[in-house]
Amino acid sequence: MDPQICLGIESTADNLGVGIASSDGKILANEVKVHVPDLGGIHPREAARHHSENIGAVITTALIKAQITAKDIDFVSFAQGPGLGPCLRTGATGARALASYLKVPLVGVNHCISHIEVGRLATGAQDPLTLYVSGGNTIVSGFESGRYRVFGETLDIAIGNCLDTFARLAGLEYPGGPAIEKFAAEGKNLISLPYAVKGMDMSFSGLLTAVSNEFRSGEHSIPDLCYSLQETGYAMLGEVTERALAHTRKPELLLTGGVGANKTLRGVIKEISVEQGAQPFYVPISLATDNGAMIAWTGILAYQNGVRTPIETSYVDPKWRLDEVEIPWR
Amino acid sequence: MALKTIAKGAEADLILDPDWNGRKALLKRRGVKKYRHPQIDRDIRRYRTLHEADLLHRAKEAGVPTPLIYQLDPEGATIVMEYIEGTKVKDAVPELSLEENRSLFHLIGEESGRLHKASLIHGDLTTSNMIKDGDRVVFIDFGLGEVSKEVEKRGVDFNLMVRMLASTHYTIMEPLLESFREGYRKAMGAEADGVFQRADEIRRRGRYIDKD
Repeated sequence: MDPQICLGIESTADNLGVGIASSDGKILANEVKVHVPDLGGIHPREAARHHSENIGAVITTALIKAQITAKDIDFVSFAQGPGLGPCLRTGATGARALASYLKVPLVGVNHCISHIEVGRLATGAQDPLTLYVSGGNTIVSGFESGRYRVFGETLDIAIGNCLDTFARLAGLEYPGGPAIEKFAAEGKNLISLPYAVKGMDMSFSGLLTAVSNEFRSGEHSIPDLCYSLQETGYAMLGEVTERALAHTRKPELLLTGGVGANKTLRGVIKEISVEQGAQPFYVPISLATDNGAMIAWTGILAYQNGVRTPIETSYVDPKWRLDEVEIPWR
Repeated sequence: MALKTIAKGAEADLILDPDWNGRKALLKRRGVKKYRHPQIDRDIRRYRTLHEADLLHRAKEAGVPTPLIYQLDPEGATIVMEYIEGTKVKDAVPELSLEENRSLFHLIGEESGRLHKASLIHGDLTTSNMIKDGDRVVFIDFGLGEVSKEVEKRGVDFNLMVRMLASTHYTIMEPLLESFREGYRKAMGAEADGVFQRADEIRRRGRYIDKD
C-alpha cells in the first residue's frame, strides 16, 4: 500500500503554516508565512486577515514543494486549538473548504501535542519528558497511561511572551528572542528579578513587570537587563524541568518550541540531562516553531488511529489543553 | 562513623550523620545547581533553607511535632536536625489493624488541622512525609510549605492527603478519610467545613476528573 498523504494547516497565532507529511514519516513540505505586525504584538484580527489572504498561495507552494497535486492528498488536518480564536477559525475554514472540495476526511489535532509528536519524529526520542516553550505556551509534559500529562506549566504568560514584550519595550529588533540572546551574551551584572516557581508551576508576569521597571529606571544597560531576564527565566524553567524529570524518571528530555532555539536554555537542558541521567534532544528550529508539518504528521497519527473530525463538529477550541486529548497511537 | 546519603531528591539530599556531636542527626542539604547563575542559585538555596526551618519551628509552636533543629547553615543551605526514629506512616498503615489506623488518621487529621489553624500550609501533605514514632506522629519535609490562611491552599493540602489515600491506601480509604476529617474538624472547628467544600470543588476542577 502506498503511504498516505496528509496536508496540515497551522494557524494558532502569527504563523500560517502548511505542511505535507506522508505516513512513512517523511515531511514533504513545510511552508510558513509569518504575520509581522507594523506596531506592537500580535493583533488576532490582523493576523487572521493575513492568514486568510495568504492561505491559498501557501497551500499552492506547499503542493509544489512536495511535488504532488491536490488529488494526492488523502486527508486534511488542522490545528483545532489552543490558540487565538480568529486565527484558529481562519485555518479551520481553509481546512474545511479543502477537505470538502477534495472529498477527503478532516482531522482536527491539538497544536501542543503536534509539537511533541513532530519532535519525536525529528529527533528519534521515544518517550521523552518535553519542555515546550514558545510565545504562547510553557509546558512540561510527559506521556503516562494514555495521555500527555502536564507536570508543570506557566500560571500566567508564556516565557516567549515575556521575552517578546520586553524586547518591544526596550526597542530591540524583531523577533525579540534572538535579539535578547545577542545582548545577553554581553551582559555582566545580574539584576535581582523575581523568581517565581510555585510547586511545579511558574509565573512570568511578575518577571516581565520587574524587568520592565528596571529598564524604565534607566539605571541598567540593555545587555545587563537581557542577561538577567534570561538567567532568571531559564533558571525557573530548569528547576521545574529537573523536578519533573526526577519525578517521572523519563530517559529522555526533549526541548521544543521557538524559545528552544536559545543557546543558554539548551545549555540548561544539557546540564539537567547529565544530572538526571537522561538524553537531551533538541528539535530543529523549522519544526520547533509553529509549523504546518507538525499538524500534518499528527494528523497522520490521529487518522490512522481512527480519529475523524466531521465538519459539523469541527469547532475550534482556543483553550484546548493537551492533557484532555486521548492518545491512541501510543 | 561516616556520613551516609539516604535520599537524593531533585532539590535536596538527605544525609545521615550517626554521630553529630554525640547525636544521630539528619542533614538536609540543598545542592548547587550549575545550570543557574551562582547568585540566583545562592539566593534560592539560602532562602528556602531559612524558610523551611522557619516553618518547622512554627509547626512546633502550633503543637505539631516536627524534628528539632540542631543547626542552621544558610550559606551551606543545610539544616541539621533531629533524626526521627520510627516508621513512615505510609509503611506503618499496612501493619496496623483498622481500629489502630483509624485512631492514627484521627491524630493526623488533628495535627493537619492545627497546622492550618496556625496559618501553615504543608504543601506536600502525604503519608510519606509523616513518621509514626510511638504514639506521636512527626511531620517532616516542609520544603514546599508556606504561610497562608487561604481556604484554597488549605483545600489543596487536604486533597493531597485524599489523593494519597486513594492511590496508596485505597482498600481502607473510606474509613481512614472519615477519621482524618473528624480529627481535622476537631482541630479546625467550623472552619473545617469550608475547607472540605473547597477541596471538593478543587477536585472537580481537576484535569482528569469526569465532569459529571
